[in-house]
Amino acid sequence: MELPRHWRLQNQRYGLVGEVCDQCGVKLFPPRDVCPSCAEPAHEQYTFSGRGQVYSHSTVYSAPAGYEEYAPYTVALVKLDEGPMLTAQLTDLGDQEPEIGMPVEMVTRRLRAEGEQGMIVYGYKFRPVMSQGS
Amino acid sequence: MSGTAPAQSTHPAAHPAVGVSPLMRPHYPVGIVGYGAYIPRYRLPASEVARIWTDGKGGLPVREKAVPGLDEDVATMSVEAARNALKRAGIDPALIRAVWVGSESHPYAVKPTSTIVAEAIGAVPNTQAADWEFACKAGTEAMQAAIGLVGAAMARYALCIGMDTAQSRPGDALEYTAAAGGAAILIGPAEESLATISASYSYVTDTPDFWRRPDDSYPSHGDRFTGEPGYFNHTLSAAKALMEALETSASDYTWAVFHQPNLKFPQRAAKMLGFEQEQTAPGLLVGDIGNTYAGSCMVGLTGILDITQPDDRILMVSYGSGAGADAFDLTVTDKVLERRDGAPMTRDYVARRTEIDYATYTRYRRKLRTK
Ligand SMILES: [Zn+2]
Repeated sequence: MELPRHWRLQNQRYGLVGEVCDQCGVKLFPPRDVCPSCAEPAHEQYTFSGRGQVYSHSTVYSAPAGYEEYAPYTVALVKLDEGPMLTAQLTDLGDQEPEIGMPVEMVTRRLRAEGEQGMIVYGYKFRPVMSQGS
Repeated sequence: MSGTAPAQSTHPAAHPAVGVSPLMRPHYPVGIVGYGAYIPRYRLPASEVARIWTDGKGGLPVREKAVPGLDEDVATMSVEAARNALKRAGIDPALIRAVWVGSESHPYAVKPTSTIVAEAIGAVPNTQAADWEFACKAGTEAMQAAIGLVGAAMARYALCIGMDTAQSRPGDALEYTAAAGGAAILIGPAEESLATISASYSYVTDTPDFWRRPDDSYPSHGDRFTGEPGYFNHTLSAAKALMEALETSASDYTWAVFHQPNLKFPQRAAKMLGFEQEQTAPGLLVGDIGNTYAGSCMVGLTGILDITQPDDRILMVSYGSGAGADAFDLTVTDKVLERRDGAPMTRDYVARRTEIDYATYTRYRRKLRTK
């Protein structure tokens, strides 16, 4: 039963909450409490804007257990505007092909459900930035 | 502490004039501080449903409907609408004292959607959270309660969401229209509002026009009740009672928005109340997105707020089967001009569109049995 682990990770998963180093200003995601660039403690919470771009991507056709119903789907390495790089699914691509450099934004979506009876796990994914002013 | 107003020795509701009129007015003036829409990107044309079930014959109640992606549900859609409302409001989410989600398609039977939303937007832990139910008027019902909460100065802000991923039995008449989408409305003090709400009114009777028992996946509807005794009686009665009490008529309003189960019903109701087509056009989204149930008239309201001008007056009337209607009188302030660009417009969501066929639709709505 993974329930407690999900619960602890909720804050960073739902809202892309990481940390900022108060020594050198580096932004961290996921939060790891020690700054990797100056080795000082980094405890202050920082909520990322959710904007970034696709650094690399690949499409998963044979999904691991729990993710089968979403296959095929695209996993990307996303470079956030604030610096950190993270791995996440791309969603809402529609007819668009994923591309390196594609501007993306964070959305909160279902990551998986633990069977018909189990808990639904929510978390961040990224989608192509919505065009505004149509 | 949130309630800052001192307790008064005489309760204002104990005044003999209060409660004589069925109109509901808050003690302190309130309004909409922020609003946000959400409509998923996939569209199923009604002609696709007709192609499968009627050989393409027969009239179509809408052009197409919005369908959620596989990783979307009322919780994820509510989170995005709520984030849009907060972007426009520009307030600290820690000041929100209620997160209320009205829907008939909550992802869990037991476990609130509202706690997921409250967590995702940073409103936890000092907040009330609850899921509301009353068919398609669950969201406006939450708005009325929020008007009460803020209007009594128990809270500065209360967030109300109407959102659905409506299900329909394959081949049923509702399959053309049952859609996904909705809106979040942040209620707060009138001074901070982009539209003030002067009053609301509810008209409710026990009418069996539409229902779903706990173990059914799809709703049932009593055909005899859906039109006249259901939608029209309640919508018209609520609108008329509100306008009568406020001594207004259709010409006093710049815009009007009604619950939209199809294109015909809201257009006919508007006409019967004396509204011109231009008054309802910006809020009439059903033709392009379908019936979003608890989201329907609230997302229509966001379409109006996107284009409205200061001092415009808006009539909003929801309808929920079972049955009841909530009517609201709103007046736009100049704050709408500076705030509406803070988040994607409702028309941006309508324009973001990927057409799918019936086969993809059955997969996205999990109508295929894989075990
Ligand atoms: Zn550092």
